[in-house]
Amino acid sequence: MFGEGFLRTIEVAALALILALVLGIIFGVISTSNNKVMRGLARVYVEFFQNTPLVIQVFFMYNGLAIAGLRLSVFVIGVLGVGIYHGAYVSEVVKTGITSISVGQVEAAKSQGFTYIQYMRYIILPQTIKIVLPPLTNQAVNLIKNTSVLAMISGFDLMYVADSWASSSLDYGPSYVFAGFLYFMLCFPLATWARKYEERLKHKDTARIPFDPSEEAVTC
Amino acid sequence: MIKLQEVNKYFGDHHVLKDINLTVAEGEKLVIIGPSGSGKSTTVRCMNFLEAPTSGQVIIDGEELTQKNKIQLVRRTSAMVFQSFNLYPHKTVLENLTLAPIKLQKLTKEEAIKKARKYLATVGLSEKENAYPSTLSGGQQQRVAIARALATERKIILFDEPTSALDPETVQEVLDVMIKLSKENITMVVVTHEMGFARVVADRVIFMDEGRIVEEGKPEHFFENPSEERTKLFLSKILR
Repeated sequence: MFGEGFLRTIEVAALALILALVLGIIFGVISTSNNKVMRGLARVYVEFFQNTPLVIQVFFMYNGLAIAGLRLSVFVIGVLGVGIYHGAYVSEVVKTGITSISVGQVEAAKSQGFTYIQYMRYIILPQTIKIVLPPLTNQAVNLIKNTSVLAMISGFDLMYVADSWASSSLDYGPSYVFAGFLYFMLCFPLATWARKYEERLKHKDTARIPFDPSEEAVTC
Repeated sequence: MIKLQEVNKYFGDHHVLKDINLTVAEGEKLVIIGPSGSGKSTTVRCMNFLEAPTSGQVIIDGEELTQKNKIQLVRRTSAMVFQSFNLYPHKTVLENLTLAPIKLQKLTKEEAIKKARKYLATVGLSEKENAYPSTLSGGQQQRVAIARALATERKIILFDEPTSALDPETVQEVLDVMIKLSKENITMVVVTHEMGFARVVADRVIFMDEGRIVEEGKPEHFFENPSEERTKLFLSKILR
């Protein structure tokens, strides 16, 4: 039982992380563009999802959308809910990364004839990796832990399994301690890996990092 | 080749360029001098639309440069060398040179590398092709930046104070490369304080002050017998 819940948590977390990275990069890039409408759009997204509780967002998708006739599986709600919520935070991280790159880089790229999308992709975003990786890992760890919100809508994730195990066996202590241990086993290696990666980059200032968001997601 | 017509530029209330009219012929080496804040950098940056003029026209090869066509037109015609080099720090020297040719000019990797090596040889840095910019001296970085500009094989290269950020002992190596380039049929527009360079290389010198072109002429005229008071004053300060 715990095994299934654990796997479900990993699946939801992995897919939600990919979604959060994709949304975060898109909205992070948009929020640094010159277009006011686009910037406003990114602002609304970030403020809305950062300033309302994840639980309510997930309840809304579970109950609210169902009333509107859109019935999503708990799994999909987990991925969308957690992914969109953390996408807002990733967007802020990406934005900070982009604004920390010197304006000379953009000018060099423009003078060579790169378009906005092209210079973001080839020149600016790859340079932000070093800067955004530590806060991004924090996000990934938080994201994994936040998938436990699924327990509140019977998500069959690790937290839900712990809940039902505890209430049926009345072994509350061992059940939650074990669930906590499994979350730790997921999050701790990730945090450690990221710390080492960061150290390595610091030592090797000239390191070359390919920019591929999916690559980071897979490691979780 | 490049024509500025009645170009005015404001930054907020600040009137930086005042009715600039200027034509650069194909293959010409034009040097722009003047005190800081005189608008010379802005003039050059208008030539590739890094700054859009508030009014007036920039015409490249008979075609007016606009917000719409700037990327296409710039991509075909001009390259720029900056005061602070602006090499891409996450890429090797060779990759700095091949990025635009591969992504924008759709060269194959092999063709781009071949070209890049040729131009690295021109600036005398063949042995550095796998180095990262941060491991090079300022003078070397600027030579790579020049090679990067050459590698896109544009007809025009714009230089915005290319030696101002360099340590004095590395200025000459960059100037030597630029003097070498001036023998080619490339149109060069150079903003600089290096009067020795201007004297050797320039077909024409322009003196700017307070957003206006005050005087223009051959280098001999300029350095031996300038007609305007302000030019004389500036040169007396800078030549000493």
